[in-house]
Amino acid sequence: MAAPTTPPTAPSPGDANPRSLRQLVLGRKDVQDLSDAEQDLPPDLMTVNMGPSHPAMHGTVRIILTVDGERIVASDVQPGYLHRCFEKESEHATYTQVFPYTDRLNYVSPMINNCGWAMVAEKLLGLTGHLPKRAEYIRVIVSEISRITDHLTCVGASAMELGAFTAFLYFLKAREWLYELLEKVSGARLTHSYVRIGGVGKDLPDGFHDDLTLCLHQTEKIMVEVENMLNNNKIFRDRMAGIGAITKQAAIESGCVGPIARAAGVDYDVRKDYPYSIYPELEFDVPVGTTGDCYDRYLVRIEELKQSIRMLRQCLKQIPDGPVMIADPRVALPPKQDTYNTIESMIRHFKHIMDGVKVPAGEAYAFVEGGNGELGFYVVADGTGRPYKAYVRSPSFVHLSTASQLIHGHLIADVVPIFGMINMIGGECDK
Amino acid sequence: MSQKVLDALKAVHGGAIELLETQHGDAIAWIKRDQLVAVATWLKTSPEMAFDAPVFATCIDRLDWKPIDVPPGVPVYPNSAAWTDAGGKPRFEVVWQLRSSLHHHRLRLKAACPEHDPRVPSLASLWPAFNWQERETFDMYGIQFENHPDLRRIYLYEEFVGYPLRKDYPKEKRQPLVRRDDLPMNPIKAPGEGHH
Repeated sequence: MAAPTTPPTAPSPGDANPRSLRQLVLGRKDVQDLSDAEQDLPPDLMTVNMGPSHPAMHGTVRIILTVDGERIVASDVQPGYLHRCFEKESEHATYTQVFPYTDRLNYVSPMINNCGWAMVAEKLLGLTGHLPKRAEYIRVIVSEISRITDHLTCVGASAMELGAFTAFLYFLKAREWLYELLEKVSGARLTHSYVRIGGVGKDLPDGFHDDLTLCLHQTEKIMVEVENMLNNNKIFRDRMAGIGAITKQAAIESGCVGPIARAAGVDYDVRKDYPYSIYPELEFDVPVGTTGDCYDRYLVRIEELKQSIRMLRQCLKQIPDGPVMIADPRVALPPKQDTYNTIESMIRHFKHIMDGVKVPAGEAYAFVEGGNGELGFYVVADGTGRPYKAYVRSPSFVHLSTASQLIHGHLIADVVPIFGMINMIGGECDK
Repeated sequence: MSQKVLDALKAVHGGAIELLETQHGDAIAWIKRDQLVAVATWLKTSPEMAFDAPVFATCIDRLDWKPIDVPPGVPVYPNSAAWTDAGGKPRFEVVWQLRSSLHHHRLRLKAACPEHDPRVPSLASLWPAFNWQERETFDMYGIQFENHPDLRRIYLYEEFVGYPLRKDYPKEKRQPLVRRDDLPMNPIKAPGEGHH
């Protein structure tokens, strides 16, 4: 005996929009308007807005997803929510004044940005290769520490987003030791502005060797613990392996560099392929993956952490004594003693600060291996103390442009590890 | 190494070249706008060039270019004070930097375009990374990339008026999406309020 069909309940007078909840759940249509087959699974594609401010999104980026059920069939990635006009501001600042702006590009590894900006000015001034050895060593030391903090943040945050909160806390603990070390060196925890054109701001503090040795030892111990937690963790591997893969050819043509390209099998590292500073004097390996998926990106980053530690130990052994600033009056400030006691030095100091370092007319592109890959600065100089044009080749921006292709065909939940391993840094991507 | 690339480019595409130069070791090739795609395709596909990896794309606005103390031997863009209308005012130069992952050489392609006609062909179909970078250049300089698959603003919003990295865009100008009385040069006026 069939149960008597009851008519749909009439909306109560107080309820202004009785269908709203059902419409919210099912999209545009009400469930009663659908055929029997459609009621099981509405065949319409749905548009979902993700970000720009969402706990699972790295930085401020918005994605408009078109999904078929849970599967992503199209997406529009929209950066720009952190655009702070780096290039326009740089055109109105002296070369020295740009250093604080570069700190705020990739704010997880500001020292590397500092070095990149200093190198482009030095290239235009013809100073490349003429810096004091100790200055070059200090630059490499702070750059490699920054690379460690960058990778620790990337891996730790990605692990946390997949539920491994312990790994995140462990890695942030190690990162904090290194930040404290950089604070001792530069005076600032995060925005260092430590590097100068022609050298670095000041020499390493007393006891730096012992502090760094201890930090590296402790960081290594933490890495062993985190690797034991993550490497063969079933949840972690299931969420990472085979997700967001890119082929070698596609990685090259999409401009991918750094850990993302290396995970896909592209053997490209600026430190090896276009050696700069004192990297040729150091012994290190470049890890290269095979599958190009998120798990390989994780493994490449972990191996790079170990290689950075290896390089730092060599630097501590090999670093020579000597000045940390080139003795070229075009770029170096006069000693404070002279500034206060001779009129010539005082005028030079004043001109240096007010007019900036006079960089000869011309153009140059200088690049370093940043935390995310080739980080370059392209500068057109007109002979004054301010750049006529400054452009930053930010690896995050290029990597984010592949995101749409990487998340295609995956589930919405997979966006989280893919974005975590792209390691999009808002400040760098949006300039 | 860079000279080898420039020599090969001159031998094969001599007619398309406006100028070849090297600055601080960077090879630079100025290509005529209408032959840029042909040259770029050759650079990507020929085995001895093999420029498979894109690096960046941007633009330079030479509106108030007045270089001083030019070192001898450095080729510089003509001073903007010397421009004449007859030359079409070569205000913009669009820049693409390429890298070869096989040969490790690099090359900077340049195409000049005048103020009244800021059009250049898009290279996004050859190197997908230029898709976003050309969008950024369009967003910031208003360069029209022909045959670009998706030429939209990327950092700024659709309602934005003008191109902020052009030299005639004031640094202090603000274009908020909502009225803000605390900002200078606020373009959004209250009803009845005139421009001042």
